[in-house]
Amino acid sequence: MNLSPWQTGAPPALIFIFGALLIPLLRGRLKSLWMLLIPAAAMWVLIQVPEGRHWQLHLLGYDLILGRVDRLSRIFGYIFTLISFISLIYAINIDDDLQYVAGLCYAGGALGVTFAGDLFSLYIFWEIMAVASTFLILARRTDAARGAAYRYILVHIFGGLCLLAGILLYVHKRGTLDFAYIGLSGVDSWLIFIGIAVNAAIPPLHPWLQDAYPEATVSGAVFLSAFTTKSAVYVMARTFPGTELLIYLGALMTAIPIFYAVLENDIRRVLAYSLINQVGFMMCGVGIGTALAINGTVAHAFCHILYKALLFMSAGAVLHVTGKIRCTDLGGLYRTMPMTCLFCIIGAASISAFPLFSGFVSKSMIVSAAAHEKLAAVWLILQFASAGVFHHAGIKVPFFTFFGHDSGLRPPEAPWNMRIAMGMAAFLCVFIGVYPAPLYSLLPYPVHYVPYTGAHVVGQLQLLMFGALAFCLLILSGNYPAEMRAINLDTDWLYRKGGMAVYRIMDVALNGANAFCERVLAGRWIAYICHLAKDGPGLAALLLAVPIKALRGGGRRELDRFKHAVYAGFETGAMPIGIGAAAAGLMLALLYII
Amino acid sequence: MRELNLFDKPENVKWLLRFFYASLVVLLICDLFIHKHAEFPWEDAFGFYASYGFVSCVLLIFIAKALRLMIRRDEDYYDEDATHGDSTQR
Repeated sequence: MNLSPWQTGAPPALIFIFGALLIPLLRGRLKSLWMLLIPAAAMWVLIQVPEGRHWQLHLLGYDLILGRVDRLSRIFGYIFTLISFISLIYAINIDDDLQYVAGLCYAGGALGVTFAGDLFSLYIFWEIMAVASTFLILARRTDAARGAAYRYILVHIFGGLCLLAGILLYVHKRGTLDFAYIGLSGVDSWLIFIGIAVNAAIPPLHPWLQDAYPEATVSGAVFLSAFTTKSAVYVMARTFPGTELLIYLGALMTAIPIFYAVLENDIRRVLAYSLINQVGFMMCGVGIGTALAINGTVAHAFCHILYKALLFMSAGAVLHVTGKIRCTDLGGLYRTMPMTCLFCIIGAASISAFPLFSGFVSKSMIVSAAAHEKLAAVWLILQFASAGVFHHAGIKVPFFTFFGHDSGLRPPEAPWNMRIAMGMAAFLCVFIGVYPAPLYSLLPYPVHYVPYTGAHVVGQLQLLMFGALAFCLLILSGNYPAEMRAINLDTDWLYRKGGMAVYRIMDVALNGANAFCERVLAGRWIAYICHLAKDGPGLAALLLAVPIKALRGGGRRELDRFKHAVYAGFETGAMPIGIGAAAAGLMLALLYII
Repeated sequence: MRELNLFDKPENVKWLLRFFYASLVVLLICDLFIHKHAEFPWEDAFGFYASYGFVSCVLLIFIAKALRLMIRRDEDYYDEDATHGDSTQR
């Protein structure tokens, strides 16, 4: 179906990106209003645009499609637009144009990726996302943030280049730009896979996430938690559904980060690790690839964006009012921040998949899909990770922030706009958990899944509550790993230390070569060549002329004067033309003879 | 500003823990009466989820503590290197 832009409205991605460009020109309430109008307008377009391909451009012999609308892209479009709206409300009080523009362009990039119908537009929006998101880290304006942003953009340039190389090879080989199922076969598809895997934070390509997100600004981290990984989940679900490798990578991805999350001291870094863990469930779902698994993946991405943003918002609110974010500095904040505490607990309950909270109705679809396919080991890992995520994100984050030891901090409650944003996300987490039907009706395939059965509810509650019992007993017996000011090595060690090692090797090798060349070439050879060029002809002439002059007789003094005159003549080039010509003729004759 | 002090009173915490332990017992009793439609044979065992959840979390903590011995570094581990790197710049 081809509708004109008058019928469909502008592409949501362009609404965001061009809308963002006006932000620096506006002031005060008008700016806030304009910011909130942007996602509202995009949502309106998304609701009324019919399925099909819209906003097509013909460029260099290829058809670029900015609006491939189907059930899969539409639900991602909805959640990206919705979370932009909530994140912008959360960010209203910061008044930093850099973050507004970067956040809106970033969201626009994610929407562009979601609705791209061809690989070139996918790539362009993919890179817009990478660049725009970097500014959300830079905007923190600290040295740590600048370092993290630098590493972040380098990793994403690497991922982007893999994707681009893969796309070019793919287009060359198959002659189509179609953004559809690719499947792992050949170098081109592997490069595309790696490019997507970087953004999806699949181990060992994941450490950029826990490195960069905790260094971002308070509201920047909320934006970041929503778009990069989930747009990668969407692209993976389009291009590599049913890829067996993803099942195992996803299962590993759910398990590995929880060990780190237990040890981590920075609350937002704990959340970053649990983000990787949750995306692991989605990767597993994409790998299983059945209708139930894909439905589960999409539903989980939807719910995850809401509760993860909620958790980052509550952690950000704590950082905003106290200036502190480490477990060792926080504790006992429920006394003066009860609302933020309540919202954090709702987010924690949702990520832990407690019955009546959103994670329960979505994650269970993926776990059930693994069970239907009789993937016993994977199922056991996913259940282990479910218990583990409750342990660190569900209990640790609220406990060490709002309860635990009394830090003595008595900060005020979060600003009103932050509370409204958290309230909206919290409401949706509970609403979806209690009444999942509207979410299920938006999923790509028809849903026959029933989350609330007696066995399922009791089983999940047992898993979580006895996990909580373990936490209680370990805390009370003093066996829980103490909070400490420390960092934990992850695979980013390879490029952080490795990068430094490469730097040193380059330093020694290249600067050494440089110094050697300077000493030998510039210091000695050039002096020697100069000497040869200056004195060589004079000496040669003396060698020829002095014996002849000596044979012809004359005093010693006359000979000395003659030597002087010849040498000076050659040195300054002030020779009679005849001698020069004779020398040249002699040279030619010599050459001829040889 | 009014401060909440709900959890500062030891008797409140004691009640909370009692409620929590009671809920664990209720969950185990429920296990006897629900109809299970298990995909895997072990799901039918009494209290499988309870024991799996408990064991998982205990294992998680002890493995993490062992892991900490290997991967823990000072907070300025990477910063030291950066300043050192700068000083060697020509």
